[in-house]
Amino acid sequence: MSNVLVIAETISHGATPATLELIAAAKVLAGDNGNVIAAVTASSGSDHPQVPVDTLYVLDNDALGDSDSATFDAATDAFTALSINLKPDIILFPRDDRSSVVAPRLAFRLNAAFARECTGAERTADGIVVTRPVYGGNANARFRIPFGATCVITLRPGAFEPAANGTASDTRNFDVSESIRNSGSVLLRTVQEQQPGVRLEDAEIVVSGGRGLGGPEPFKLLGELAELLDGALGASRAACDAGWIDHSHQVGLTGKTVSPKLYLAFGISGASQHMAGCSSARNIVAVNTDPDASIFGDARFGVAGDWSKVLPAFISTIRDIS
Amino acid sequence: MRIAVCAKQVPDPDIPPSQFKLDSSGLAVEPPRNATPVVNGFDLNAIEAAVRIKESLAGDAEITIFSSGHAFELAVMKKTLATGADNLVLVDDPETANLDAAGTARVLAAAVEKHGPFDLVICGRQASDWDQAHVPLFIAESLGLPCVTVARNIITDSETATVERVLTDGYQEVKVTLPALITVSNELGEPRYPALKGIMAANRKQPVKHTIAELALTAADLAPKLELLGLEIPKRSGKAEFIDGEDDAEKGHNLALRLRQERLI
Repeated sequence: MSNVLVIAETISHGATPATLELIAAAKVLAGDNGNVIAAVTASSGSDHPQVPVDTLYVLDNDALGDSDSATFDAATDAFTALSINLKPDIILFPRDDRSSVVAPRLAFRLNAAFARECTGAERTADGIVVTRPVYGGNANARFRIPFGATCVITLRPGAFEPAANGTASDTRNFDVSESIRNSGSVLLRTVQEQQPGVRLEDAEIVVSGGRGLGGPEPFKLLGELAELLDGALGASRAACDAGWIDHSHQVGLTGKTVSPKLYLAFGISGASQHMAGCSSARNIVAVNTDPDASIFGDARFGVAGDWSKVLPAFISTIRDIS
Repeated sequence: MRIAVCAKQVPDPDIPPSQFKLDSSGLAVEPPRNATPVVNGFDLNAIEAAVRIKESLAGDAEITIFSSGHAFELAVMKKTLATGADNLVLVDDPETANLDAAGTARVLAAAVEKHGPFDLVICGRQASDWDQAHVPLFIAESLGLPCVTVARNIITDSETATVERVLTDGYQEVKVTLPALITVSNELGEPRYPALKGIMAANRKQPVKHTIAELALTAADLAPKLELLGLEIPKRSGKAEFIDGEDDAEKGHNLALRLRQERLI
């Protein structure tokens, strides 16, 4: 059996879907008679959040939670203090901006093993085994962490069926005011830059363009198509780096991860680094001049042709049948 | 200002997935024959960031590139010197051929310390082979440096750096006291092409090489915390259904009809 600490996040005081997945994972990794606890950061004065575990620790401080001055450095100090106090065997983080900084630094401070962006985790007779994509998604690697070693794991969404929502049997405050040190960095401001329309991550249909489009102009047409289908506009990293479209549209390993019902890819070759961001789309449609482009190995429907001829006719027919 | 940049030699990430193969052990990748390794793309962004800072100081900065590995292609690693970096330090040791992130960070931190002090350590956000992204954070922790990740812009003065950190939906502006470690992302902008003069100057330079013993490290210090059980190439869905037509416009028309038939649009 193992003690598992889940770094939880809440929205409207309830656990987020990602947190419920972590709790499901924690129950598997804890083993028989194992113990699952959770911790959540909060800003002073906010109502207590609810997470379905036996014991929930609330780390309440102005440098944490949702406040504008909340920093990743303060969260690192706070979770370090909690972990030293509770001595969990396994610490699970969601995959988000804060965890990308806090989880590895916590692992270093605890001298723990660290595995990020895992797509699977299981408990075996010889230890915890995690799976994570490597080489830009070209391969999956399986790693073992022997029992007895502390490990910090970040999980990608979709790895586990979410646990049922609910409330904690016991909620305790954990005072971190003495633990948060001057980190040497100051957060000046946080700027939200959301694109108008449907969020890429939430879109049912994503229309995406890549290097094969050859310039910025075609993205106007793709934007029209996205609007017509009530979808969102995506792009490959190559198209963003070329300056054809803003980086906030970047889909891929280091950009956004999308899982729409329909992913329409124009002029995208299908490099693994891009597919890592859209491979959970239920239907991929690819339009590419090269019939041997690797994206046709991932696509359900393909058109081997010139996007500049295919796209206008595609849009016009959609208008006709809508 | 003294700037350290960490850079890694990796297999070319742009090889087509069909040519991506594992070796017989199932624990390592076998690059296609004649494939040349490259410098990790995000590390080239890191070098670009350092060169921009050097330019903003009218050249009054010294940039040293650090790399840990084994069997370096010297011609590849020397490219890191062609756009304005001054020195190249390679930790080249059989023991550093296959380290995990903790081991790599330990080696790089020791090398940076040996050649320090530095005002700024800049790293790419992650390497395109193992996609770990935590070597820089481990280096910062072990050197006791404040750290800002995923920068798209860095402005320095003599005591601080002001960094724009990319978030999923927007950005943060963070001011950090030097010395500090910063990781950069492709949003910073494409690295410049080296001028012929820079390439020739880089070719003439020789790297400083260290073994782990020279950094007062032993193989036991670098033992991995995670045991790699195996690599597996994921199966792909297979062949697409190709939509036909007299010409490309008709294919577009037929695609719309087919997707409607499937109730996808």
